[in-house]
Amino acid sequence: MPKLKVNDIEVEVEDGLTVLQACEKAGAEIPRFCYHEKLSIAGNCRMCLVEMEKSPKPIASCAMPAAEGMNIKTNTPFVEKARKGVMEFLLANHPLDCPVCDQGGECDLQDQSMFYGVDKSRFKENKRAVPEKHMGPLIKTQMTRCIHCTRCVRFATEVAGVSELGAIGRGEDMQVTTYLEQSMQSELSANVIDLCPVGALTSKPYVFEARPWELKKTETVDVMDAVGSNVRVDTYDWEVKRVLPIINEDINEEWISDKSRYACDGLLYQRLDTPFIKYNGKFEKASWSEVFKIIKSKFENSSKDKVCGFVGDLTNMETGYIFKEFFDRTLNNINYESRSDNRFLDNSERENYIFNSYINGIEDSDLIFLIGANPRYEATILNARIRKAFVNNNTKVISVNDVGDLTYPYKNLDGQTQTIKTIFEGSEEISKEIISATKPMIIIGESLLKLNSSEQLFNLIKNFLKKNNKFTEDWNPLNLLSCDAATVGNFDLGILNNEKNLLEELKSNKFEIVYLVGQDNLEFNKKGEFVIYQGSHGDKGAEIADIILPGSAYTEQDGYFTNLEGKVQKAYKASYPPGEAKEDWQIINELAEVMNNRKLFNDKEELESSMFNYLKLQQEKQITKNKGQKISDFQNEKLDMQIKDYYFSNVIARSSKTMIECNNSKLNIRLTGTEG
Amino acid sequence: MSLRRPAKNQPETFEFSSSSMKEANKIVLKYPEGKQQSAVMALLYIAQKQNDNWIPLAAMKYIAKFLKMPYIKVYEVATFYTMYNLSPVGKYFVQVCTTTPCMIRGANKLVEACKEKISNKENELSNDKSCSWMEVECLGACVNAPMMQINDNYYEDLDKEKTIEIFDKILKGEDPKPGSYRGRLNTEPENNRKTLMDVKNA
Repeated sequence: MPKLKVNDIEVEVEDGLTVLQACEKAGAEIPRFCYHEKLSIAGNCRMCLVEMEKSPKPIASCAMPAAEGMNIKTNTPFVEKARKGVMEFLLANHPLDCPVCDQGGECDLQDQSMFYGVDKSRFKENKRAVPEKHMGPLIKTQMTRCIHCTRCVRFATEVAGVSELGAIGRGEDMQVTTYLEQSMQSELSANVIDLCPVGALTSKPYVFEARPWELKKTETVDVMDAVGSNVRVDTYDWEVKRVLPIINEDINEEWISDKSRYACDGLLYQRLDTPFIKYNGKFEKASWSEVFKIIKSKFENSSKDKVCGFVGDLTNMETGYIFKEFFDRTLNNINYESRSDNRFLDNSERENYIFNSYINGIEDSDLIFLIGANPRYEATILNARIRKAFVNNNTKVISVNDVGDLTYPYKNLDGQTQTIKTIFEGSEEISKEIISATKPMIIIGESLLKLNSSEQLFNLIKNFLKKNNKFTEDWNPLNLLSCDAATVGNFDLGILNNEKNLLEELKSNKFEIVYLVGQDNLEFNKKGEFVIYQGSHGDKGAEIADIILPGSAYTEQDGYFTNLEGKVQKAYKASYPPGEAKEDWQIINELAEVMNNRKLFNDKEELESSMFNYLKLQQEKQITKNKGQKISDFQNEKLDMQIKDYYFSNVIARSSKTMIECNNSKLNIRLTGTEG
Repeated sequence: MSLRRPAKNQPETFEFSSSSMKEANKIVLKYPEGKQQSAVMALLYIAQKQNDNWIPLAAMKYIAKFLKMPYIKVYEVATFYTMYNLSPVGKYFVQVCTTTPCMIRGANKLVEACKEKISNKENELSNDKSCSWMEVECLGACVNAPMMQINDNYYEDLDKEKTIEIFDKILKGEDPKPGSYRGRLNTEPENNRKTLMDVKNA
């Protein structure tokens, strides 16, 4: 642990840290452009120059390892002069277009030139002009503004794992570009926009939309996948203008996927903003009291076991809970379900449906075995973590299926369930590898759970791991990769029915009333059922509905979400529901009031505390596993990867124009075959 | 100098000939396991030699696959170094040194000769497509300035007339004699030596 002095303050830092990190520890802020904590060190912007005793020249603090006895000065005239010199060079070719630049107001170069910039330029020559580059539908380029920090190049190579960005040419003619200007083939590509310290890479869908100081910023969580990335939602009045990542080292580090970032324009289109009733196949606007009256009479005129309810993939936990309470207490019925397919779930223990090793645990793992999972599309941020583990520790990854490029190499097997069976019966080479690994991770995707023999396989895997003592106090190797934000929350709340197969009954048209809350993924032929759809977007669910109750999207109401690891996080209200739409829990509460003259909960707080009490009780008591289901004999089958279309996986994404463009850009690449 | 761009007309495919392949494999072997990408510069040079002194995009792709590295990394290297030609050059590829010592000794006259005899613009093929020329930085033969390089040979101690003579020859398809054009042996002084007189074998 070297000790050094920074501005006469003594600091002791860990081995391998740089002078810049030591300075930060001593409280001295160092300006920088190219240095970024999560990326490798480049040392090419020279903005972080500091004075070191006995060194005749200033040193680049980001690239200099901290050593014993160094005496660093960061606030001398010498340092200031050096940094001013660097800034003058950086500005020599930088255009003066801040008034029309989208980065204005949150630009590192702008901020730092307030301290180190000189008011006039000695550069009399013509400024360099660089043609715009094409980098896909998300990234707008204005390469004249580029200061060659190469953060984007390093991000693409190191974190995203797509070596498609590079710096071509040299010296003044250096240009950052993709290979032959093809769009970037990564689901993390838009993070380069946040990384760019100037306005060279800006957001294409957000171009000229707003200035950062006009926006209301709300820190919340993302619901595009089950990872629960921490995001900041920027709103201008009602409109969600953009979504940015915020740092959470345990979940998303500093990145978010392109879908999390850009599906937000889906919040503006296809919205349900007033209650509708279907008369003769046509939707007509109605008032809340009207629709509640109709629903009440419908409920009263049908027997209670002819009513069923389904909760969707983006529903927050309060809504799920009050929906369940509505069925339990108002309708006296347990016909509710959150699964939209026949996936196997043994909810007797919580570990059977969450990601037990935690996302952070990926970096400690020494063997990752993917069974029916494609983390690149099902949980992009989690995939970036696996790549990080591969880059840092050379973690071995095995997948049962060939799932295409995962941005790291992996060994793929033949995709037959027989293979999985033999492995977990312990007779294969891979079985031995799993046994000898100290912290193996078995990542089970939803595709496996949808198989006929999913129960046998799941139990086989779990028993194998138990038998070989892979469950220890600080390690749980069993990981379920959920795809949707609401999945784990719904399971925690017990919104499922293992006694009856509601989906089969729905398909055979046994119900008279179907109540859908944000559920758009059901496939059944409607035959005279009365369908109530409550949700935010006019999608498949609303299409078949007889009554539409306009609800809110995740940015328009406070609500809890449990991510795939089982972490409960709150999404905060950033905007408000459009038109006459209401928050989802309110709708159900008011409906209950209409039905029984009594609200289920007096206010949101009562609902929340009741919900958390319920969750606590659930975790304490072991649910007795329902043995009623008949276990069929094992049969070999092909493990089909059932990946939803990445860019259209939920209602918000399906309504987003940006997501359509992203999808089309991938299609074009596929059609022309120029990807290599 | 500005950013050099790959040529518009690109061949569809590229493959190492058997001799190039042999040479390439020999170079790749020099590097330890997992560090084969270090051979990229040598391989680009081999590709350039094989393909009439220029590197098409197909060759870059081929080398990237050969060394299992991303295309953009090879592309970066090829665009960085000016001695890799990214567009076709003449069979006789003339490089005129215009760095300070040559410039002082009249390199601009050589450039004039190029413009008269070969093509008006740098990097443009001559009318019969056999020659092209470009200005380059120091080729390390300052003692014999001004000088130029045609393919692998140096032509030194030139002036405009002598340069034109050389160009006349290459345009006829002959190979002019390389070396000094004022009768010097290598870099010896022109009229006997003037230093180290007392050292016998100097």
